[in-house]
Amino acid sequence: MRLKLLSRLSLAAYGSGRNDKGSRIGSPGSALEGMRANEGGFVLLKTALLLCLLLLAPFAGAKEAAPVAEDPEIERRMVALSEDLRCLVCQNETIAASRADFANDLRREIREQMQANKSDKEIVDFLVARYGDFVLYRPPMKSTTLFLWFGPFIFLLAGAVFLVFYLKRRRKHIEEPALSEQQLKQAEALLKEGKG
Amino acid sequence: MTRFLLPLAVFVVLVGFLLVGLGLNPRQVPSPLVGKPAPEFQLQQLHAPEKTLTSKENLGKVWLLNVWASWCVSCRQEHPVLVELSKSGIVPVYGLNYKDQRDDALRWLQQFGDPYATSAVDPEGRTGIEFGVYGVPETYVIDKNGVIRYKQIGPVTVEALQNKILPLVRELQG
Repeated sequence: MRLKLLSRLSLAAYGSGRNDKGSRIGSPGSALEGMRANEGGFVLLKTALLLCLLLLAPFAGAKEAAPVAEDPEIERRMVALSEDLRCLVCQNETIAASRADFANDLRREIREQMQANKSDKEIVDFLVARYGDFVLYRPPMKSTTLFLWFGPFIFLLAGAVFLVFYLKRRRKHIEEPALSEQQLKQAEALLKEGKG
Repeated sequence: MTRFLLPLAVFVVLVGFLLVGLGLNPRQVPSPLVGKPAPEFQLQQLHAPEKTLTSKENLGKVWLLNVWASWCVSCRQEHPVLVELSKSGIVPVYGLNYKDQRDDALRWLQQFGDPYATSAVDPEGRTGIEFGVYGVPETYVIDKNGVIRYKQIGPVTVEALQNKILPLVRELQG
């Protein structure tokens, strides 16, 4: 029973192997048929792709058109301003660069406020009032941000002072003490020995 | 021996700073609106578009404003907590349905329960900007004078409710 099953399996395997061979290097007829079938599939694929593209085309156009403001001057100002603003959702991106929905909303808000003749400062103040200083990539100078602004310089100064002291101390270590008379004689003796 | 003490001390201080830094959540941006009057709004109600909800209606009572959306995953996480809270009747929860589709929002409430006294609709996120919303969910505690007293960023957890929100609400209710 087991043997029978096995043999049937192997036969099936053999058969499929032969079929494979047949379609690959077998009679030219079958190969041609394969090609033709392939070609048919290709045409179908092409048509489907074309259809997809055609169907997508109006959406693509609509999507591109949406964010462009009527006024290029406002658009330029909006981008310039939002390059200095942090997107709170994707925190290492600017509002100008981010593709997050939130950044999109804020760009719209900035654009609208610019159209309403608000100055850049008014718009920034509006955003800071709602999102805090965190929205600014250039933090303002305040008592709480003093260390942020001057901390690096303090560290630099401390490093420089440390370096000067360290180098002075090291020079003392390195300076070779003058050789004594006896040491000189010893050295000469050793040199002579080496030559001999 | 002593020559290693200074670098070691610097290293320990640095590790201390880094450890504290690891514990901080960069998403928790403190809101400058805490302690300021809540922005005014007049929005359509979710269940009855012909009616509106205004910020002034709730003057004189302590209330929560929960910003939610049917597309927001964390909102599902906090939703049972809000449902429980509204059942308890301690404090009314109002919803701000943020950048959502009305049908989706209604279906969502039907599916998971509706904890909101009223939900107002903010389809374009404009009121959200006024409130400084930058992610959903967010929850605001607003006092009797209409001043924002606390902002919960992210889902309302049981811990946040017990440790922060409810004690504050009780204090504000006086």
